[in-house]
Amino acid sequence: MAKTEIDEATVRRIAHLARVKVTAEEATSLQRELNGILSWVEELNAIPTDGVEPLTSVGGAKLHMREDAVTDGNKPAAVLKNAPKSEDGFFLVPKVIE
Amino acid sequence: MADTRKENLIDGATGPWEVIVGMEVHAQVLSNAKLFSGASAAFGGEPNSHVSLVDAAMPGMLPVINVECVKQAIRTGLGLKAQINRRSVFDRKNYFYPDLPQGYQISQFKFPIVGEGIVTVDLKDYSFDVGIERLHLEQDAGKSLHDQDPDHSYVDLNRSGVALMEIVSKPDIRSSEEAKAYITKLRTILRYLGTCDGNMEEGSLRADVNVSVRKQGAPLGTRCEIKNVNSIRFIGQAIEYEARRQIDVIEDGGTIKQETRLFDAKSGKTRSMRSKEEAHDYRYFPDPDLLPLEVSEAFVEDLKTVLPELPDEKRARFMSDYALSAYDAGVLISDRASADFYEAVARGRDPKLAANWMMGDFFAALNKTGKDITESPISAAQLGELIDLISSDVVSGRIAKEVFEIMLEKGGMPGEIVEERGLKQVTDTGAIEKVVDEIIAANPKQVEQVQTKPKTLGWFVGQVMRATGGKANPDAVNALLRQKLQVPEEV
Repeated sequence: MAKTEIDEATVRRIAHLARVKVTAEEATSLQRELNGILSWVEELNAIPTDGVEPLTSVGGAKLHMREDAVTDGNKPAAVLKNAPKSEDGFFLVPKVIE
Repeated sequence: MADTRKENLIDGATGPWEVIVGMEVHAQVLSNAKLFSGASAAFGGEPNSHVSLVDAAMPGMLPVINVECVKQAIRTGLGLKAQINRRSVFDRKNYFYPDLPQGYQISQFKFPIVGEGIVTVDLKDYSFDVGIERLHLEQDAGKSLHDQDPDHSYVDLNRSGVALMEIVSKPDIRSSEEAKAYITKLRTILRYLGTCDGNMEEGSLRADVNVSVRKQGAPLGTRCEIKNVNSIRFIGQAIEYEARRQIDVIEDGGTIKQETRLFDAKSGKTRSMRSKEEAHDYRYFPDPDLLPLEVSEAFVEDLKTVLPELPDEKRARFMSDYALSAYDAGVLISDRASADFYEAVARGRDPKLAANWMMGDFFAALNKTGKDITESPISAAQLGELIDLISSDVVSGRIAKEVFEIMLEKGGMPGEIVEERGLKQVTDTGAIEKVVDEIIAANPKQVEQVQTKPKTLGWFVGQVMRATGGKANPDAVNALLRQKLQVPEEV
């Protein structure tokens, strides 16, 4: 498998998609770190896994389901407690409009 | 796939064009609580009151799936005659918007809960099939209000985390009429199943419409996705406008750019959303907070055995049990309440007479009073009794209409109304004969005329009916007049 190389533009694009601000220095070190991680993943890729089911849980845990009952909510004050700004029960955020 | 019907082609300067439509319908699941939390899924409520700390994406909160939402998705899949995937996987669809506090929507990407299915759609002149590509479960987002303040948007998370079913069709739709009929049929199926209330005004059912155009036989053209189409009428308008726009662009030598467009209900036009390309890089990956959703065969079978009768089956049964035409049956089954009402009226009675009364005076009365069938001012028992009175010759059709109007205005059972107001049809031949004789004696000129013009017999019938206040049995009147005036039966 060809080795994937992450360039600085890709680092910047990923950072933008994640809304993380990175300086030029950070971008360089992130580029190095990400390439390090990817080359480790490529080592793992060498292991033959054909016909092996992906492991989704250890110990055979099953997805737990809840009954369809209203057991939560009605606590707008708690929900809004960490909001930098709120009014009349709404979160207030910098204006966003398409 | 059959060829596009001629009437569905759109004329351009360079000849006819074919319009290709596929739809992504978001249907809100009918449930008490949200998909992954115990907060209420009810519409409305004080801002941020139907919100748990899971829906507000507080750190450390974990989603736990609501079993009823899973059942509703499977029921819908069964109603769409679709493949039920007993193993499906929830993924994170990553994007940033203030009404999405997690920074991702939990959705299903590679492994949806429901696979391919089919919806048969009936138009007046023909039927066609729309393939279903898939149905998956996902979370709704919150709601942003932009008009409250010049510098801020207001965010209410009451909708955040409510369960949605995204139902994706194949591009099997060929006109705005077909698209409208498809969404109408889909809504009927959802309502029959009780899995979505289908209320488009409240946003319980929303459609994104994919439109492209091509010359017949050519490969598929580039498509545009129209968002924000929230009524059946608007879906039709948006497709008409968008198809024409694309044809004009191509015929003027331009090319169609794949993009997302918004439908503006005021102008009836679509416009480009000019979103950044990157906005579409969702970087899906399996949600590590949720194990794959696995359901047993018995779980699916249990849902299948109690599935209600679906619209297509009901229509077929109405046609065979009640000998109704495809059209009449189609009208009566268009919603479950109408179908149930009809069956209550028709049971043990003349089914065609029951259908005529329901589709005529009864639906007209609902329209006039602006009432839904569930709040009908006339009950199935009332209408049924009225039909009994007609069938047993107690009242004529004309008097029955009068009784119907009285029921509508003042209520009461038809039998009592007829009794109290003396509206009973006179079938006593002696009484009718007396009136007939009087009218014949009083009108010698008309008696002479009817010998050469048998059609004027109708005038005598009218006179007798008037003299008896409409209560004389019309057949008896006719027979007596013919006998006394010696006008032979028409052959």
